[in-house]
Amino acid sequence: MAVFVILAVALIASAVGVISAKNPVHSVVALLTNFAALAVLYLTLSGEFLAMIQMIVYSGAILILFVFVIALLGAGTSVGDLGPNRLAKVMTPAVIVGALALVVLGYALLHAQNPSGGGMLGAATILPGSQSQIAAVTIMPGADGAFGSIADFGRALFTTYLLPFELTAFVLLIAVIGVVVLAGGGAPERRKAAIREPIAKPKRRMEPTR
Amino acid sequence: MIEALPLWLLVAIKSLVLLIIVITLFAYTMLAERKVLAYMQLRVGPNKVGPWGLLQPAADALKMIFKEDLTPSSADPLIYRLAPFIAVFTALLAYAVIPFSQGEHGPWSIANVNAGILFVFAITSMGVYGISLAGWASGSKYPLLGSVRATAQMISYELAMTMSVIGVILQASTTSLSGIVEAQSRMWFIVPQFLGFLIYIITAVAETNRVPFDLVEAESELVAGFHTEYSGLRFGLFFIAEYINMITVSCLATLLFLGGWSGPGSSGHPLLGLLYFVIKVFAFLFFYIWLRGTLPRLRYDRLMAFGWKVLLPLATLNLLVTAIVVALWY
Amino acid sequence: MNIIAIFKGLATTFGYMFRRKATIDYPFVKRAHASRFHGLHELRRYEDGMERCIGCELCQIACPANAITVIGAENTPEDRHSPGERYAFRYEIDELRCIFCGMCEEACPTDAITLTPRFEMANYTRNSLIYDKSKLLVPAEYGVGEAPHERPGGLPADLGEVARIKSTMEPERGYLATWRGIDILTSEGKTYMPTPAGGELVREPEKLKGGE
Ligand code: SF4
Ligand code: SF4
Repeated sequence: MAVFVILAVALIASAVGVISAKNPVHSVVALLTNFAALAVLYLTLSGEFLAMIQMIVYSGAILILFVFVIALLGAGTSVGDLGPNRLAKVMTPAVIVGALALVVLGYALLHAQNPSGGGMLGAATILPGSQSQIAAVTIMPGADGAFGSIADFGRALFTTYLLPFELTAFVLLIAVIGVVVLAGGGAPERRKAAIREPIAKPKRRMEPTR
Repeated sequence: MIEALPLWLLVAIKSLVLLIIVITLFAYTMLAERKVLAYMQLRVGPNKVGPWGLLQPAADALKMIFKEDLTPSSADPLIYRLAPFIAVFTALLAYAVIPFSQGEHGPWSIANVNAGILFVFAITSMGVYGISLAGWASGSKYPLLGSVRATAQMISYELAMTMSVIGVILQASTTSLSGIVEAQSRMWFIVPQFLGFLIYIITAVAETNRVPFDLVEAESELVAGFHTEYSGLRFGLFFIAEYINMITVSCLATLLFLGGWSGPGSSGHPLLGLLYFVIKVFAFLFFYIWLRGTLPRLRYDRLMAFGWKVLLPLATLNLLVTAIVVALWY
Repeated sequence: MNIIAIFKGLATTFGYMFRRKATIDYPFVKRAHASRFHGLHELRRYEDGMERCIGCELCQIACPANAITVIGAENTPEDRHSPGERYAFRYEIDELRCIFCGMCEEACPTDAITLTPRFEMANYTRNSLIYDKSKLLVPAEYGVGEAPHERPGGLPADLGEVARIKSTMEPERGYLATWRGIDILTSEGKTYMPTPAGGELVREPEKLKGGE
């Protein structure tokens, strides 16, 4: 319990830090703390795999891209430099959307008691040792059936939640294609010209003098 | 007697011992690097402090401690100070799960977790924050360029690295590091996973920012890259982190591909197993130093092209083939 | 990417690990350098102990680095330092400014200021590297060295001869150097030369003289 309280406080504090920091890099550091605290929270729920994936994917890959972009675009500009404050205009819709989200979240949480309901906490209700043998991976001794084990996780992902999983993958694929279309535009010759080797290769190979 | 100790005390003692060992190992890896490089360049390397220069690390540590700790006025003070600690912290944390030998009561490690290999990857993927935040927080252009390079390079190569390791995980059908070693009792994974091994070795060099992939601190272009502005102990921390990361990836390579502590007559003899493990790790460390003494630095666009156009497709292919083989024959 | 080339390179560096090292273990082993080497200055005396310097300030004018300061004074019968009319009342060389070109030596009409092959004069303070007369003037008991019988500037072969004899040290026996306050005599008449193979070429110092 004490661990949970500490983690919860750290989570909320860092989340507030993310949106209140003036400097984007400070926001990133706060978000990193947030992710780390969340991963530890997963660990306390014996969601080892989830915790690790949380760290690898979110902190190790996604958040570092934030740092990359911020560093590349120059983080010297603070919020005020970018023009008039538009926060006032978006305040009302933001509050409405936020309240709606809260209602949906509360509803889902309240109705997630039913294990077969597949509510938002459905992932936690997977029964150990489900019948499907679809996973090619043979299950690690001692880990099978343990709550949060990788085998269960994979099995749930590819059976119970196959459709959402594939849909999500599809959405990400669309994003990737979109990026390629947006960034990779231009005639192929022109691109080629831009990246051609700047230094001509020497005709003869130079032999080291002995 | 050991059983009588409370768990937290046991873990604390283990951690302390390991910390001392790892730091000592770091110090002497550094010395070995200087010596080997010197020998490859027809020099003799440090030989004045102590017999054969063996006390050189102590002298270096003293020097680092007594150097002035500068913070540039353009730096972001908080993150500038935080970054070296992130680097060292993440570098050391990986040792929480790395097993070194197999005893009667289980592997010799601080913690034997099921998701061991994932833990190591999760932790090492944090290591890049130390570098990129340091470069950004220094508030000058060379560190910034270095850190931007670091970020791009680490993301690109981490992908191929993870892919190459998933082949091993599939074949061992476990993510526990000691389980992976046990799965290699018949055959070291370097044989069936040779392509994966090659990819792992190359990407590991890139992940630790070592020659020939040390674009991050390319001194001919970027002064010293991300740690240009750092001095004194903070610079020393980055130094420690770099070498410890090097030892970590060597340990991982040993565990994943070279059968860890297994060797002739090692079962039932944990100390012999430890010896095998250490020898294998040292072989990898020597290989790293050897590479540094031999290869010139890659051009940056070639580095990126190599990562994305050669290593990643190869790793994917390796993963695919392994998955099919494992699905059909295991 | 040429994989074969990478392996070739690896083999090369591995092989080099076992070659003879080119390093000379410097403070403990020293190479003899050319006998014409320009190092630390000294102010010479005549056989009778008189200072050669006559305070003419020609070296000060010749010095391209403005490293020399000479303040001359008249000799009196009671207080005679040099055989001429004047002597150097103060004579200072800032060794930090000096580029060891040897112009002062060439300018000196009495062969008083001379460059020796000594070069190890590192110190902790700038002031300690401003050498005054007390450091430059050779004590009488150290001898006078051989006087050059010909001005430099003639044939290159002569240059070598002049340089060889101009030092109070014995070039055949290497040079005297100080390390941590201890005088070390090294080289035992041999010249160490590093070669690309890491070996060494031992030559007798006699062959060095007479224009090398
Ligand atoms: S050697 Fe050259 S620079 Fe030095 S004091 Fe003599 S003239 Fe000046
Ligand atoms: S050292 Fe020679 S040139 Fe200099 S003042 Fe004395 S006599 Fe003149």
